[in-house]
Amino acid sequence: MNELLLVLPPLIFALGGVVLLMVDLAIPRERKSLTAGMAAVVSAAAALCAILQWGLAGSGFQGMISVDGVALALDALVGVIGVMTIGLSLRYNALRGILRGEFFVLMLFSLSGMALIGHAANLLTIFLAIELLSIPLYVLSGIARPRLDSEESAMKYFLLGAFASGFLVFGMALVYGATGQLSLTGIARTLITSTSVPLLVVGAALMLVGLGFKVAAAPFHMWTPDVYQGAPTTVTAFMSTATKAAGFVALLRVFGVALGDLANVWQPAFAALSALTMMIGNLGALTQINLKRMLAYSSIAHAGYLLMGLAAGGVSGVRGVVFYLPAYAAASLAAFAAMTAAHNGEEDQSISAYAGLSRTRPGWALVMAVAMLSLLGIPPTAGFVGKYMLFQSAIDVGLVPLAVIGVLTSVVSGYYYLRVIVTMYFEAPPEGVAVTKGNRLSLHWVTGAIAAAASIVLGILPAPLINAVTAGVTSIR
Amino acid sequence: MASDYLPVGILILLATALAFLIVLISILFGPKRHAQKTKRVQPYESGMQAIGPGQRRLPVRFYLVAVLFILFDIEIIFFYPWAVALRALGPGGFLAMLSFMTILVVGFVWVWKKGALEWESMDK
Repeated sequence: MNELLLVLPPLIFALGGVVLLMVDLAIPRERKSLTAGMAAVVSAAAALCAILQWGLAGSGFQGMISVDGVALALDALVGVIGVMTIGLSLRYNALRGILRGEFFVLMLFSLSGMALIGHAANLLTIFLAIELLSIPLYVLSGIARPRLDSEESAMKYFLLGAFASGFLVFGMALVYGATGQLSLTGIARTLITSTSVPLLVVGAALMLVGLGFKVAAAPFHMWTPDVYQGAPTTVTAFMSTATKAAGFVALLRVFGVALGDLANVWQPAFAALSALTMMIGNLGALTQINLKRMLAYSSIAHAGYLLMGLAAGGVSGVRGVVFYLPAYAAASLAAFAAMTAAHNGEEDQSISAYAGLSRTRPGWALVMAVAMLSLLGIPPTAGFVGKYMLFQSAIDVGLVPLAVIGVLTSVVSGYYYLRVIVTMYFEAPPEGVAVTKGNRLSLHWVTGAIAAAASIVLGILPAPLINAVTAGVTSIR
Repeated sequence: MASDYLPVGILILLATALAFLIVLISILFGPKRHAQKTKRVQPYESGMQAIGPGQRRLPVRFYLVAVLFILFDIEIIFFYPWAVALRALGPGGFLAMLSFMTILVVGFVWVWKKGALEWESMDK
């Protein structure tokens, strides 16, 4: 029974999803907001449970499952992201006609997979958790059926995701062949005595390809703009924040814990991937006229910054990653919240459609502006603190060229982030757009405002979170 | 070291050779495309002409049933080893299977209530 405590947050997500699937059958079609509310309660309960369990460490289920600070931090983060995404979904999904019970149930299943990644202590558990994360997401991105863009998004995500899973599991098989171990600590133990290093390196490279796909790192990023653009915006917000967090924790578990002693081999690969991802993400975003596509490229670029932290490694690098994940999630959720709120009915994704938003919807323009500044990394925001920690950790271990590339590409990103602000504040609104005096107090508005406020609070008072994250990171294993 | 991979190499050669052999045999002995025009090789000398492609299009609901079938097929596969080792597993094994079954039943009830098993209503 004590073992179940070790996986309590993922268990809450999974059981909540199963129960909600049954309960939802009894809820009539026009009252699906009830399902949403219950899903939010489940998600919040899991996050709360992770926070209450803070400090718990141990392993169980014959070494398949472990719990440490990073696992609980991921549980809490994805739980909060889940609640906020549900907060955004009510209005947006109702407008798009996709306020279905399955939407929230699938989200809970995906969340259980994400949370399980943090608790995985075995390659098989990691693979299982990643599939549990991905399969509901494939369905979610196509949930706006019969809209063609949504179906296209789901199809592309599914085909490429299944392909990436193949890489991942093949890499795991090779690592198993080289070490004879599947448990992460077991691999770490036999790594020193392993005689078949080439096999190990090929296995690690294949796993890097598979996981690199999940976190949208270049050159495995090709699917990202198309999938993010086509999927319903609430799903995109969920995918770009929670999935990325889970993917990076998986990378941390596999490369930081299991293959830690092989760091001299994979560190250059991570540094190269990071540099490439930052350049492709930021340069790709420059030419986008579609806001959602621009945010997709921005999401790729941020994967690059996060990879820098993993390439640097050590407590300071990993701490930077674990701090940057919520910082990025807050800014990204605020941006998607503002994006879905700025229009009624059929959404217009082009950046020019947001011209004059500061006059038509001042509150949302402010939220969007805060999100853009935090993504850019301007001082009083969380994005600045996160980037500072990541770049600092890279410089500490002598990866100065990588940090320079990071800074330069951040400067480049100023062009497309500030362009959104310029469009909102200095261009005239299109003809015939009603000017709203202040925002109506709605759940959607509260969610967006909380995300934007979190971006600023974490930027001004980062110390509590940094301390918690440091404690969590030092408790790994 | 290299000789360890000899069986793999032989297997690759054999598999490739077999694939070519099968294609070759069907080219040599299979029905010739141009020969179909002559009456002698047609299935019926009298009666209805065979028209249309050999592969008919199937309603998509067959796939739905196939997917549901796979679900319960896998359940059966898990049941066999469990049933054989039931006494050795004790109450823990029974509870584990019970929870697995509960999850599957939840899925089954959902599918049922959503009408995926109603053949007729799918025409709507």
